[in-house]
Amino acid sequence: MDEGLKSELQKAGIFTTTLNDLYNWGRGNSLWPLQFGLACCAIEMIATSMSRYDLARFGAEVFRPSPRQADLMIVSGTVTKKMAPQVVRLFKQMPSPKYVIAMGACAISGGPFKQGYNVLKGIDRYIPVDVHIPGCPPRPEALLHAIMALQRKIAQDTLHPSRRKEEEAERVAALPVPEHGSHDLLPPKHDVLWHPEPVQRS
Amino acid sequence: MDSGTQDNPYLLLAVFVFSAVMMGLTPILMAFVWTRWAGTAKPDDIKNAVYECGLETDTYHWFPLKVEYYIYGIIFLVFDVEILFLLPIASVYKSLPAGAIAGILVFIFLLMEGLVWAWAKGLLRWQFTPSQNAPSPTQPQNQATL
Repeated sequence: MDEGLKSELQKAGIFTTTLNDLYNWGRGNSLWPLQFGLACCAIEMIATSMSRYDLARFGAEVFRPSPRQADLMIVSGTVTKKMAPQVVRLFKQMPSPKYVIAMGACAISGGPFKQGYNVLKGIDRYIPVDVHIPGCPPRPEALLHAIMALQRKIAQDTLHPSRRKEEEAERVAALPVPEHGSHDLLPPKHDVLWHPEPVQRS
Repeated sequence: MDSGTQDNPYLLLAVFVFSAVMMGLTPILMAFVWTRWAGTAKPDDIKNAVYECGLETDTYHWFPLKVEYYIYGIIFLVFDVEILFLLPIASVYKSLPAGAIAGILVFIFLLMEGLVWAWAKGLLRWQFTPSQNAPSPTQPQNQATL
């Protein structure tokens, strides 16, 4: 619908919307996170859901104990290589459409433990991350900001016929869960998900 | 009242029943239609797997718990609830009238009856029988034991 016409109608007291916008509005304001914490960032996540920061303002306070009921995964903390298969498996057990927030330096890159032999250098090697939050740990405000960023991203989703988010989820669902090899996880990354810019050295 | 309800007084009732049923069914039907249209059911082995905090299950999990678990419930009632009620009674025992004592005795008798029943049935022998252990991971069984 034409934005100008929409604005004019609103002045006349008529609110117009599309089914697409309505759907995204519902999705964005009822994100149910999966209840699991990996490290210190989880404490900040807990603080975010409590009364001082009040995640409930964004409709995302209903932490679910089962991936069947969750549509947001907040990877809050260091992902060790021992834990990574379980995290990927949980992500795969969540119903589509599903979203991922990588919270903190560890979840996005390995953080201070990046040189460690046992730490995954970013969960985005295995699952598609929608929002990355830097920080060690990020403050609750940063997580709220990430939720808002995710809501803006959800508002861009399309319903029918392309269903971008679901198609991506379907593609990712076909990827295997990493297994423990003799030295590293196998595969060490999913190439369709993780393709960083080559480092330019002068 | 219009003429329709005067002719048949049950018509109004039928309308109410129909409305009540539809109020329950409509959201379910709407959710069903909405899911069929916009939903994306993509089941696979991992998604359908038993939820075990991300780990793979190593045993078969769809077995029912033994119905004989009620025995533990009865014995728990005998021992635990008896203590629970007898403790406050003991603190006021000397000042209780004869009727209250009789009531307590009836209560204890009923619980003791349960204990005698369990004793006579041999349920107080806490033995683990190896023949009734958990089912093997490869062979799903209909009936499993604790």
